Amino acid sequence: MHTKTIAELSRGLKAKEFSSVELTQHFLDRIEKHNSELNAFITVTPEHALKQAQESDAQIAAGNASPLAGVPIAHKDIFCTQGIKTTCGSKMLENFISPYDATVVTNMRESGVVMLGKTNMDEFAMGSSNETSYFGPVKNPWDTTKVPGGSSGGSACAVAARLAPGATATDTGGSIRQPAALTNLTGIKPTYGNVSRYGMIAFASSLDQAGTLTATAEDSALLLTAMTGFDEKDSTSIQRPADDYITGLNDGLEGMKIGVPVEFFDENLSDAIAAPVKAAIAEYEKLGAKIVDIKMPHLHLSVPTYYVVAPAECSSNLSRFDGVRYGYRCENPKDLTDLYKRSRGEGFGDEVKRRIMTGAYVLSAGYYDAYYLQAQKARQLIKSDFDNAFKDVDVIMGPTAPNLAFGLGELMDDPITMYLNDIYTIGVNLAGLPGMSIPCGFAAGNNGELPVGLQLIGNYFAEGRLLNVAHRYQQVTDWHSRRPTAFA
Amino acid sequence: MTTHAGWETVIGLEIHTQLATKTKIFSGSSTAFGSAPNTQANLVDLAYPGVLPVLNKDVVRMAVKFGLSIDAEITKRSVFARKNYFYPDLPKGYQISQFELPIVGLGSLEITMEDGTKKTIGVTRAHLEEDAGKSLHEDFDGLTGVDLNRAGTPLLEIVSEPDMRSAKEAIAYMKKIHSLVRYLEISDGNMAEGSFRCDANVSVRPIGQEEYGTRAEIKNLNSFRFIEKAINHEVERQIDIIEAGGTIVQETRLYDSDKDETRSMRSKEEANDYRYFPCPDLLPLVIDQEYIEIVRKDLPELPEQKKARFQSEYGLSEYDADILTVSRDVSLFFEDVTKQVGDAKLSANWVMGDFSASLNKDNLELSESKVSSDDLALLLTRIKDDTISGKIAKEVFEAMWAGEGNADSIIDAKGLKQITDTGAIEAIIDEIIANNVGQVEQYRSGKEKVFGFFVGQVMKATQGKANPAAVNEMLKTKLKG
Repeated sequence: MHTKTIAELSRGLKAKEFSSVELTQHFLDRIEKHNSELNAFITVTPEHALKQAQESDAQIAAGNASPLAGVPIAHKDIFCTQGIKTTCGSKMLENFISPYDATVVTNMRESGVVMLGKTNMDEFAMGSSNETSYFGPVKNPWDTTKVPGGSSGGSACAVAARLAPGATATDTGGSIRQPAALTNLTGIKPTYGNVSRYGMIAFASSLDQAGTLTATAEDSALLLTAMTGFDEKDSTSIQRPADDYITGLNDGLEGMKIGVPVEFFDENLSDAIAAPVKAAIAEYEKLGAKIVDIKMPHLHLSVPTYYVVAPAECSSNLSRFDGVRYGYRCENPKDLTDLYKRSRGEGFGDEVKRRIMTGAYVLSAGYYDAYYLQAQKARQLIKSDFDNAFKDVDVIMGPTAPNLAFGLGELMDDPITMYLNDIYTIGVNLAGLPGMSIPCGFAAGNNGELPVGLQLIGNYFAEGRLLNVAHRYQQVTDWHSRRPTAFA
Repeated sequence: MTTHAGWETVIGLEIHTQLATKTKIFSGSSTAFGSAPNTQANLVDLAYPGVLPVLNKDVVRMAVKFGLSIDAEITKRSVFARKNYFYPDLPKGYQISQFELPIVGLGSLEITMEDGTKKTIGVTRAHLEEDAGKSLHEDFDGLTGVDLNRAGTPLLEIVSEPDMRSAKEAIAYMKKIHSLVRYLEISDGNMAEGSFRCDANVSVRPIGQEEYGTRAEIKNLNSFRFIEKAINHEVERQIDIIEAGGTIVQETRLYDSDKDETRSMRSKEEANDYRYFPCPDLLPLVIDQEYIEIVRKDLPELPEQKKARFQSEYGLSEYDADILTVSRDVSLFFEDVTKQVGDAKLSANWVMGDFSASLNKDNLELSESKVSSDDLALLLTRIKDDTISGKIAKEVFEAMWAGEGNADSIIDAKGLKQITDTGAIEAIIDEIIANNVGQVEQYRSGKEKVFGFFVGQVMKATQGKANPAAVNEMLKTKLKG
């Protein structure tokens, strides 16, 4: 059952080939079998899952079930889940039980989706390798000496190893797309404002956006349909008519214009990545699309801009973790300052501290104009690059990550190289656009073949078009169907 | 007041007005005062992981109302910013406020001093922000308790230009703002509950000097009396330091009302770096002209307009009109009485006179008055219809204030009804004339001052109940002989 896509599972459930309880138990068994090796889940919720599965089975039997009813998925542990531990990958929230559900979690539950558990992640979503998690690194199912990418490494690992048919994830600078590329998955980060951020623990509020990790574009479309929509509890959520991501999946691509930024294929990109990405773009030409080179002259500002904006927002967002009301509190604080210093000093890991300090610095008196304000201007320039590009093209394509999955521990002492892993994905967050990564081939690693991802970038609220473009490619290629043999 | 010659005081005020919304500025919790600790703090107020602020639209309307009432520019695109600092009663670790782009821009209003001089005071800006909770240092045996009921309560911070030159001007300005926010019904202005409080920026400079002296900020003043005392004390302190050859340090000071002194809280060097930046959880607040015009139509009659109307419609003096319009409650009370009595001058005299005096004596707000507008109107009607004289009315009013009943029942019970029966008065006058032959002769020989003696005798004989006009007329006739 675990080899089936969400679309296939949904049909199987409706046809009563298997029940949701059977399906859920199957995935729980797989988690039981493989999670100790992969460390994809921080919390597994079997009782909760089976209860939901029973309810879904009852709905299916009654014939009034929604399309996703009974399908199990995993939630990234950044989403608050009522009565269930929500750690955000941090010691700070190691024992935090949320008193409420995130809107994403509510939306999924109301669609009949069964929650298997909460997936591992970089601490507070800060990282590109899932190695900053307080709960230990996650392994890449394609090669367990490699990282799965981050920060949604747990979700990516769980879906790639088929411990779950799909998972929720979040993307602040590439945290859905880069792990998708490194684990051979389809990942989508929707337009900023399309998915409610309520109950999703904030890293950088103006960049954070929830999305999904699945095996196929069709599965992404199914999950996204349940996930998106206006939420009055999130002031940055955008009120607009509901999108239909399903009906247009098979639309033809004839005459569609694909822009390829020349800046994406510079010296930072290895040949191992460039070759499959170029081949995939050529495939689109065969599907009737027109390929044009485009210039994005400000894209090189993305990484430095991001590493001012994101830390600035996180330094403020993470101030609430102070040991006063919930979360980690140091033992025997001798006064208020001691309570703050030790609770935060002991509760946060190194990468989180590094970003809080960077953020406090760029916002401080005397540096604000030079860093924060300058970064806001650069952000506008990057956005205008995209705006200009979309006057002429329908979709932008390029690589997702500059390299293949790297070795565990390899970049932990080299934050700059680690940060450059998101060089192609960050601009999308700064502009607030939707972006995807889809499997487009493999390249030789030092321990066997590793997957390569193709990035698709669309205009605002063009998720439907992106999913259509991804789906058509998946109809004529089979990269997305390949699975790591160790977890077959 | 300072006795130092040659110095000029410069004062600017930051007034924090709690807006009278039912719920908080960014959450659905109630803002009611006086509930058990932490019963009005939901997950948003407690800053749980993942929660987000949603702006209460009522605060926008209230801020725009205030801006329009001081002819200020309404910012079409204002921005909420985060002011970052750590304190246990600030759950998010930042306060959501407005920094570079406040909702209300430059405006002004006119104050009137006791001697009638007028002065225009500039209002630099007014911005929306959330209040913090309360830290309770007593009752916890060395620990600190935190009550977050107040956290997230909406505030409008009104920042003045440094246009005031004395504590008296500062008080006049603050009273004017206090009156205005209550007229606009955007705040209850309750100073005891902290709904209306201010910080005062105070500096001194030699008269004639262009540039301002170094200022000290006195925090959290919550009564008109304290503000005056605190400012005067601070002015003295600064002048003493400078005259002794010292310099003023820019710092924040706290006024201790028990000791009547200000003391240093923190210097500029120790001041927090608040790391302000636009709050990414809230979109810029966009207000269009159409909205502004809707709010403008909804504006009540403001003190200045009401004052002008009281002068033209009721023929009141500027002084009377001013006093009767300082408070919206008083103006409504006055108009209610006037409408029932049909005599504005009589109503004005009573509202400003015996009525206000009684409130002051018992230290009561108008809303707590022991005599209602209907009660007072009935009393004044009894003066108008000659049931009692103005003098007897004072006696009746005192009894009303003491809770003895309404005007009619008191007049009845005490037998204070005026004697208007001319036959009865004539008999009394005849008797007095007969008994005071000497005084009658004096009057007839031209000593008209003696007339008052006869009036007094008649009133004494009638216990003041004789109609004074009737007595005067009849006495004149009889004394002529």
